[in-house]
Amino acid sequence: MYRVVVVGAGITGLSIARWLTRYKGIEIIVIDKEPDVGWGVTKANTSIIHPCHEENPDKHPLRSKLCLEGHNLWYKWVKELEIPAKWPGEIIVATIDEELKGLHKYIDYAYRIGVPGVRLIDREEILRLEPWVNPDAIGGLYAPTAGTINPMMAAIAIAENIVDNGGKLLLGTKVEDIVIRDGKVVAIETSKGRIEADIVVNAAGLYADRISRMAGIDDYSIHPRRGQYLLFSDRVDVKPSKILHTAPTPKTKGVYAITTVDGNLLIGPTAEDLPEEAREENTTTHQGLDFTYKMASRILRELPPRSKIIKTFAGLRPEPSTGTFIIRFHEKPWGFVEAAGIRSPGLTAAPAIGKHVSKLIIERLENIEPRKDWRSKRQAIPRPAYMAPRERDKLIRENPDYGWIICVCRKVSLGEIMEAVKRMKKIGVPEITLDGIKFRTHSMYGDCQGSQCRPHIAYLLWKRLGLQPWRITIKGDGSKYAFTEVKALLRGDRDA
Amino acid sequence: MPDRITKKDYDIVVIGGGPAGLAAALKAREKGLETLVVETRDRLGGIPLQCIHPGFGIHYFKEDMTGPEFVYRFIDKLLSTDIDYTVKSYVNIAKYVSPMEKKLEIITPYGTEIVRTKTIIYAAGARERTRYEIGITGPNPAGIMTAGEAQTLMDMYGVMPGKRILIVGSGDVGLIMARRFVLEGAEVVGVVEILPYPSGLIRNVQQCLKDYGIPLLLSHMVISVKKRNGRVSSAVVVKVGENFKPIQGTETEIECDTIVIAAGLKPRTKLLESLGAQIDPRTKGPVVNEYFETTIPGVFVAGNALIINDYVDYAVEQGELAALAATKYVDEKGIRIKKPVKIILGRNMRLIVPQILTLTSDALFYGRVARPEDNVWLSFKEIGFKIPQLKVLPSIMIRQKIRLDKLKSIGTNALTVEVMPRD
Ligand SMILES: Cc1cc2nc3c(=O)[nH]c(=O)nc-3n(C[C@H](O)[C@H](O)[C@H](O)COP(=O)(O)OP(=O)(O)OC[C@H]3O[C@@H](n4cnc5c(N)ncnc54)[C@H](O)[C@@H]3O)c2cc1C
Repeated sequence: MYRVVVVGAGITGLSIARWLTRYKGIEIIVIDKEPDVGWGVTKANTSIIHPCHEENPDKHPLRSKLCLEGHNLWYKWVKELEIPAKWPGEIIVATIDEELKGLHKYIDYAYRIGVPGVRLIDREEILRLEPWVNPDAIGGLYAPTAGTINPMMAAIAIAENIVDNGGKLLLGTKVEDIVIRDGKVVAIETSKGRIEADIVVNAAGLYADRISRMAGIDDYSIHPRRGQYLLFSDRVDVKPSKILHTAPTPKTKGVYAITTVDGNLLIGPTAEDLPEEAREENTTTHQGLDFTYKMASRILRELPPRSKIIKTFAGLRPEPSTGTFIIRFHEKPWGFVEAAGIRSPGLTAAPAIGKHVSKLIIERLENIEPRKDWRSKRQAIPRPAYMAPRERDKLIRENPDYGWIICVCRKVSLGEIMEAVKRMKKIGVPEITLDGIKFRTHSMYGDCQGSQCRPHIAYLLWKRLGLQPWRITIKGDGSKYAFTEVKALLRGDRDA
Repeated sequence: MPDRITKKDYDIVVIGGGPAGLAAALKAREKGLETLVVETRDRLGGIPLQCIHPGFGIHYFKEDMTGPEFVYRFIDKLLSTDIDYTVKSYVNIAKYVSPMEKKLEIITPYGTEIVRTKTIIYAAGARERTRYEIGITGPNPAGIMTAGEAQTLMDMYGVMPGKRILIVGSGDVGLIMARRFVLEGAEVVGVVEILPYPSGLIRNVQQCLKDYGIPLLLSHMVISVKKRNGRVSSAVVVKVGENFKPIQGTETEIECDTIVIAAGLKPRTKLLESLGAQIDPRTKGPVVNEYFETTIPGVFVAGNALIINDYVDYAVEQGELAALAATKYVDEKGIRIKKPVKIILGRNMRLIVPQILTLTSDALFYGRVARPEDNVWLSFKEIGFKIPQLKVLPSIMIRQKIRLDKLKSIGTNALTVEVMPRD
């Protein structure tokens, strides 16, 4: 039996772990410092499954190959794991000649990488394909295969599938050091103690360079490149069916306008290079949000008023100093594997990175065979409000909690919330967080951002599970939802 | 008082079991309509359940009560009737079939109920604006919540949301919450208001802030927040000039562990929008006629889902009026519109309901001005009707009834409501 420890429960680490669960003779442990999966880069991004025609195959041969392969794997994964997804295609919208000229190279890339259907389209066709495009568009590039998924739902689904297949998650556990003996990795030191390991996989996102350094590898570094977003109510009229974006720049793929799988208009991101130490600066600024709004008006016929914004947020891209994905199996120290610098299109590539990395590992181990009892399927939490009455009533008869809608913005029932709690416990979260419930059920995720249902959810968790609202956190750490019970301050209780 | 849906057909389904909905249901039943009340929460009562301060019922009952006392007058009465009501129940889909038939799919803990009704009164209330809607940037830590969320935690569930609290918004909600926090032993470090004057009642400024020495920062806004260990550690506050734009170089940080947003409400309109009802960008609620009927025949609105009210008494009044209108609708198989008159917002008027008149009934107007003004006329121009006002304020709702005979004197199809200086 070999033990593989994967550091990082983001989309990369989880994808690697999922592939490894297909084999006999491997024990898998995925470790993350956060109390839940996907809370790093995976949480805040544009959520696009890229067609991959924007990858330069000369400069990034591996990345473009993994991008396309990952793209193709996602079709299967979203079905197997019941991850919300759609495949509307995308258009790069050009508004000036120079942008239009710049588009030709993507046709060449598409051809060489093997991306189907990419072609230049004229103004007329753009407007026919997508009535929400800015009529000032002079032309564009159409890539019919582009899709979008809900990345958090994806991370959660994969994590559940890993656990179903016997893998283990150690959440709320920080990797602090890697122990090397005789040129081989033998263990990691964590905030919760030492864990022996035969193989250590570094999929630590923004912190990958720090993990590599623990193994004595320091030939690259990571710096955060921030992207800010505006999310609009699902009730605005502006709902492009295609994924739209401005012409790419050397730094980014441009600003996108997309109707998410949840039905919200999302615009963004910015591309702001931050200093290396700013790895927790996923904060929004007025400047960044104003810029995003302005850029989006170049591709959209009309923008909803800013009063229809329901949330603003920022994500950090883990930009590697090498400019490209760092994926390697080290012979020195043996057993140290990296999937680092997984910047965009990392979400797209994840399933293929998983396959690639698992292969690198498997071919170096002995007596490893595929499992016959591997389970490819995972079921999503049922959503009664979106079911046909007969199906819904069956569910409600079994559990009346599914008949009480608690979050009215997103139509989420108490049954879904309790099921989310059950599943969080099953994958081994160290604590039930309100964000964990949010990402699993989409309660607290709508227009009011939880201001209506959150106190009731907290109260019901208290009643059902004995979890007091002053112990429950929003996102772990010190993020307590409330402070104490009423009167404790007046009494002058010490822990109040 | 069956606490579930017992019939397949109703004359009226009231959506929302708060003051407006309860008052509507009682009035409708009194008029003989088969009535159902649908409430999503686990109990009837709505927002007043969490308002344990006084100030309820002064107009309607001529008594000063707390929110729960007030609303239980209605609940107790409802329980003594044969009105059907259902809690933990959610109207998932509403369909307009014909003028006398609307079909509702209601999800309840006892299954999906499909109900037909002649009329609907939508009294689903309002929701609060969040930090994102008022443009507060920065990280997204714990400790930022709306006033209603804080109030629910504290006064329904006995949970203290914070210790060192900054309040955004000096409307009555913000002022009253400031006092509530202090009474529970928390420190309120300030109330920040973007306007140059407090937007709540002067009485509340005295009794909720001044009496407790809570600072009021006028012409200021919170532009972003800072965090420490996952929780808010301070608010970045800036002075604003005319046009409410931040003045460079005036940023200061106010330390706090909690930021409570009391920056106004928005009518809930989701179901109305799904029915295709027109929404007024000013009130953010539906466009209605003097029966509080939306642009969908037989679908009426009352309470904060119609317009954000200053007093619960107005919500009750609207509920009763909507119920009378629904009765008329059921009896006369619809409300006939002769020649609709459009209401135009004139000088210094920010919003008003109704937005349309059918000229078949007296009309009760509720509106708000855009800015404070002294010594003015409230004028209904084309009918030559004007009422003197010593002072108008955006925070004080204007309520004005005009009788049908007066309205009928209009010769045009538009009626302008405006605020005009006196001499
Ligand atoms: C603004 C933006 C837009 C993007 N848009 C797209 C897009 O549209 N399409 C696309 O394909 N890609 C996109 N990407 C890229 C994509 O989001 C990332 O490539 C992908 O999510 C990376 O996943 P990951 O698992 O490698 O990293 P993460 O999700 O960050 O996972 C790493 C995990 O490691 C954990 N960790 C770190 N240090 C330690 C430690 N010491 N001990 C234990 N655990 C640790 C972290 O907590 C984290 O959970 C975008 C990225 C950004 C920021």
